[in-house]
Amino acid sequence: MSDLELKNLYDDFRDGKTIKAYAKIINENAKKLKKPINIMEVCGGHTHTIMKYGLPQLLPNNINFIHGPGCPVCIMPKERIDHAYVLAMQEDVILVTLGDMIKVPGSNGSLQDARAKGADVRFVYSPMECLKIASENPTKKVVFFAIGFETTTPMTAVLVEQVIKQKVPNILFHINHVTVPEVMVELIDSRDEHVDSYNNRIDAFLGPSHVSVIAGSKIYEKFPKEYGRPVVVTGFEPVDMMQGISMIVEQFVDERCELEIQYKRVVSREGNLKAQALIDRYFEKVSLFRWRGLGNVPNSGLKLRDEFSEYNAEIVYKDVLPIAEIEDHKLCICGDILRGMAKPQECTIFGTACKPTSPIGSCMVSSEGACSAYYKYGNIL
Amino acid sequence: MTKTITLAHGNGGEENNELITKIFYKHFKNDILEKSEDSALIEDGKLVMSTDSFTVSPLFFNGGDIGKLAICGTCNDLAMMGAKPKYLTCSVIIEEGFPTRELEKIIRSMKKELEVNGAVVVSGDTKVVPKGAVDKLFINTTGIGEVKQSGISASALKEGISILVSRDIGRHGATIFSAREGISLDSNLESDCASLYPQIQALIDAKINIVALRDATRGGVSAVLNEWAKASNVCIEVEEEAIPVQEEVRGICEMLGFEALDLANEGTYLLAVTKEDEARALEVLQRTHKSSAVIAMVSREYEGRVILKSSWGTKRFLDLPTGELLPRIC
Repeated sequence: MSDLELKNLYDDFRDGKTIKAYAKIINENAKKLKKPINIMEVCGGHTHTIMKYGLPQLLPNNINFIHGPGCPVCIMPKERIDHAYVLAMQEDVILVTLGDMIKVPGSNGSLQDARAKGADVRFVYSPMECLKIASENPTKKVVFFAIGFETTTPMTAVLVEQVIKQKVPNILFHINHVTVPEVMVELIDSRDEHVDSYNNRIDAFLGPSHVSVIAGSKIYEKFPKEYGRPVVVTGFEPVDMMQGISMIVEQFVDERCELEIQYKRVVSREGNLKAQALIDRYFEKVSLFRWRGLGNVPNSGLKLRDEFSEYNAEIVYKDVLPIAEIEDHKLCICGDILRGMAKPQECTIFGTACKPTSPIGSCMVSSEGACSAYYKYGNIL
Repeated sequence: MTKTITLAHGNGGEENNELITKIFYKHFKNDILEKSEDSALIEDGKLVMSTDSFTVSPLFFNGGDIGKLAICGTCNDLAMMGAKPKYLTCSVIIEEGFPTRELEKIIRSMKKELEVNGAVVVSGDTKVVPKGAVDKLFINTTGIGEVKQSGISASALKEGISILVSRDIGRHGATIFSAREGISLDSNLESDCASLYPQIQALIDAKINIVALRDATRGGVSAVLNEWAKASNVCIEVEEEAIPVQEEVRGICEMLGFEALDLANEGTYLLAVTKEDEARALEVLQRTHKSSAVIAMVSREYEGRVILKSSWGTKRFLDLPTGELLPRIC
């Protein structure tokens, strides 16, 4: 048997002819739609694909995207970025985090700025790198600033497990993991004062496939059933997304409202039960997690279980960590963008005061944020 | 400008440009410097001069080392002005404790690369600094070259001009990234690090009328295309599918979330020629690298911008890379 090559994982899913063929099907079917539909792609990775591959240029006017809040860097409230900065500035701390976190500005600056001031900040692709960093620096505390949705949580859980098993004395965790279904509920169902006006804007969801690889498709079952919103669990390549969009359009044409899986090559109903058990062993829900741009969302965040408090950097360093909530810039409309009330170009500071190199609002900070994707790719529409 | 210099200011992209214009150009301002070419035309255009410092980590990598890079880097800057590299200076800053054997290995590698260019080192300097004051070894080289073909300029692009790339892109950036500590990838990938003058000589010998020429170092192909589009105030339309990218480079980009177009190269250049010269130029390029290709053409659709066109009929702008790509790549 020949080896599976990496290119097999993406080549076919970027094939120009297939993308064009789906565009034709979608355009045909969209003529039968009774009203325009707004599809929310929950995940920033989807937003990135939509903009990078110019998918809106292939779609009819009666299909719109609402770019959801699924970018773990973008949704981090400023006070938690300040936590990362303050931790990094501690003499005895090496702060370790994942890529894009490094340039997000908090109220004192970004981790990049902290590093320019002498802080030891490192970014890794795998949290397991922390073990090596910790053993090479026995006199330092390695704080892993953990971010991400269901997709990255298992990696953090594995690191927690290893730290406990190997009795590593100098790794601590600052947990900022969040979950997708809870924020989707918030977006369609909340009766919060901000929200009345957007209640009916989201007609359907594209669910991120990698979240369901871990958590299963079951997490979305309530959306068609209880909230009347179809969900199609969809992959991240342009062919995947065009097929996912096509499946949603067909549901509307056929007047169905279902949970479907486009990304059948990996996603099952149950997901990865082992990973789910591991997450459950070390983490529990926090009653409220504050999302940048959206405010408090019930049960949407995770924290280390109390029995593992000795590894919790938020507890170990509680005396130095700021607690006040910090609001975004008054002119920033990221909250409206995340709710589908506005597009990035409608913001008065988009591309002027707020750019990827000097982001003001959450959606500009990471390449997966809606504003950043519009800035980078979206100006030919 | 931000209050302190961050690593993003050294990325060869947008922040880097800001640093150069707001600090260096502001104070050093003169006509020659402001042309902002790969190297400076001096003595009525007979000679070119260029300087570069090398801080690459690791010092030895697949396909080269800091010594080879230090010669290629400066000689290539001269070659990109249609000049034959002739005289170089070499300054080395060495950290106390550095192994002599490794130093000699690096210097031998420099000598070998000088021979490829037919250039000599005519002046040099060494400094040894206490442990921690530099990381192992930094090299600066400055070179003077003799112009063989004049009129090559980033601001000479016009509608209808074709743009070629000399080989598959992104190898140096991808190689250094995978060699870095903390990113454990096994790969056979080699840097493209190479001296380009022999290839330029071949183009000149073939009587190709070179409109513009630039090696795609930091900031990659994206940075060169954007500089050209701005300097000539034209639109560059790139066919995304035509860009040659080797499988392993693509794989690394997929895994790490990079664009091959943004990755650094150390022996890959872009060439702009008239439509009439396109086929002959491609034939000359393909003598060295089969992967060379015509990737773009110049139009007036969006002046000063680069457009990337997909095979399924969509377009998007290709901007300068921003943010901290990877420090100490050269």
